[in-house]
Amino acid sequence: MNKYRMILVVLLAAVLALLPMLLRRDDLINLAFMVLLYICLGQSWNMLSGFAGQTNLGHSAFFGIGALVTRWLWATLELPVMLAMILGGLAAAAFAMVIGVPTFRLRGAYFAIGMLALGEMMHAVIAQVLPFNDTLPVQLIAGYSLAMRYYVALILTIIILGFSTWLLRKPISLGLFAVREDEDAARASGVNPLYHKLFALALSSFFGGVTGGLYAYHQVSYYPQSVFGGNWTLDALLITYIGGLGTVIGPVVGSLFFVALRELFSSIFASFNLVVFGALFIVIVLAFPGGLVELLRKFQRGR
Amino acid sequence: MNFETLLQTLVFGFFVGSLYGVAAIGLSLVFGVMKILNVAHGELMMLAGYVSYFVFSLFGIDPFVSILISIPVLFCVGLLLDRLVYRRIHLLTGEAKIKNSLLVSFGLSLILQALAIQFFTADERAIQASYSGYSLTLGGIILPYTRLISLFIIFGVISLLHWFLQRTITGKAIRAAAEDAEAANLAGINIQRFYMLTLALSAALSGLAGSLVIIGYGITPTVGVVWLLRGLIVVVLAGTGSIFGTFSAGILLGLVEAISSTLFGAASREIVGLVMFLVVLVLRPQGLFGKKG
Repeated sequence: MNKYRMILVVLLAAVLALLPMLLRRDDLINLAFMVLLYICLGQSWNMLSGFAGQTNLGHSAFFGIGALVTRWLWATLELPVMLAMILGGLAAAAFAMVIGVPTFRLRGAYFAIGMLALGEMMHAVIAQVLPFNDTLPVQLIAGYSLAMRYYVALILTIIILGFSTWLLRKPISLGLFAVREDEDAARASGVNPLYHKLFALALSSFFGGVTGGLYAYHQVSYYPQSVFGGNWTLDALLITYIGGLGTVIGPVVGSLFFVALRELFSSIFASFNLVVFGALFIVIVLAFPGGLVELLRKFQRGR
Repeated sequence: MNFETLLQTLVFGFFVGSLYGVAAIGLSLVFGVMKILNVAHGELMMLAGYVSYFVFSLFGIDPFVSILISIPVLFCVGLLLDRLVYRRIHLLTGEAKIKNSLLVSFGLSLILQALAIQFFTADERAIQASYSGYSLTLGGIILPYTRLISLFIIFGVISLLHWFLQRTITGKAIRAAAEDAEAANLAGINIQRFYMLTLALSAALSGLAGSLVIIGYGITPTVGVVWLLRGLIVVVLAGTGSIFGTFSAGILLGLVEAISSTLFGAASREIVGLVMFLVVLVLRPQGLFGKKG
């Protein structure tokens, strides 16, 4: 079993590493990039909302801050892009720590709508402060390479998934689960809920910010307010729930499914993919809280 | 800025605030009685706006008369949504129920938005009736007729709702279910049935609100979140349980927005309510929607 799995992982790594050469078409490489971006987005959301159970409806704020900071450091100050992305993530995490203490006084659904308001507020503020389109400088456009974007996305995806796997083997993840399942019981057994929630928020906002940086690195031109759009929160939520909340593989499955379905429907019925996702999401919340991953596992066991 | 301009701004703030109030009463009714946070409420308003729009543009029915169509249509939509979706959450309790209702209605709002973009296009729609441009002028203050009629209708409907909940047997059953679902059930009240009615009533209120929005303002497929956030802010400010309290909080929000947009520019309009919302939410966690959750 282990040997079989090793071969599979090596094969997968080889295919992923050679993908730009194999695909050769820009639109397909771009799709692969989008899948990776959504995996990172979903997994970063999952760290707070899945592992620690704090449904965050304002994740777009972290994504947006990471994108703006990365873009500024990389395109204007000409820092190396990887460094700029890390700093973008740190900026998002710093913002998260400032708002984390007051917003975590809210529990469950109240935290969710508090964050929704915060995300919308950031969106409105940025739309007012930075209303103009942001296009890359000419020399950066001249050297634009899509394959390069793909590799950065691949590295980030491997880091995020590797980190999540590692995290789930550490004792602190048990604390996160305890807070998720029952905050009062966790407190009674000596787990500090605020500390654990802030820890998860820091990770989630950091990786959310880095993912925003990845998007800023990929886009030739965008409106600053677009990276603060509620769609980034919504997509993260759909991908994670549909794949499997609180698992490492969930956002991967969800993201593949999300991008594939979107492509499939885009030519026939533009917004139909959202109807399907919405319906699937409702069914999953009501009947299969484990998502597609859980369904597949059940199917395997049944066989 | 002179006194007259300020007064005019406040008057318009009052008119828009009355709509925030109606949007919030629908949200608050469902939250107070069923402990369901229906974030698709804004999309129901959007739907009602389109009902009025199409009834007006296809059959030339007066927008205020079209409320008589949009309210029953939305009432039926509410019944349908309860049967199809919300009924499955009724059995949950406490925190899990609120959270699941939030998620499920989030999915619903996504579906409704996508369908509206597909079938109604993303263009903004508004209704221009023959009397839309006319207004009453009182001491230099302009009072558009459409807004005055809207306000009159709103007062009528919420007074009717108040009477219904306080005086009729059905209303009393709904309030009993809100107070203690289990005890109400033991007393022979069919909880499921009254929950269904409550959701339908809330949807009917969104029908009224949506039709009035398209007369005075305008509707796009994505307008729902704007009205939802206003409604949530008002519900947080007012707590649940009092219709007129919620309505007053709606007016308050409208006035605060109007004042802040004259003081700090139109941009602050979007932000001031959200700041108020977060402050109240953080200073009064748990205690916000009336009782301790």
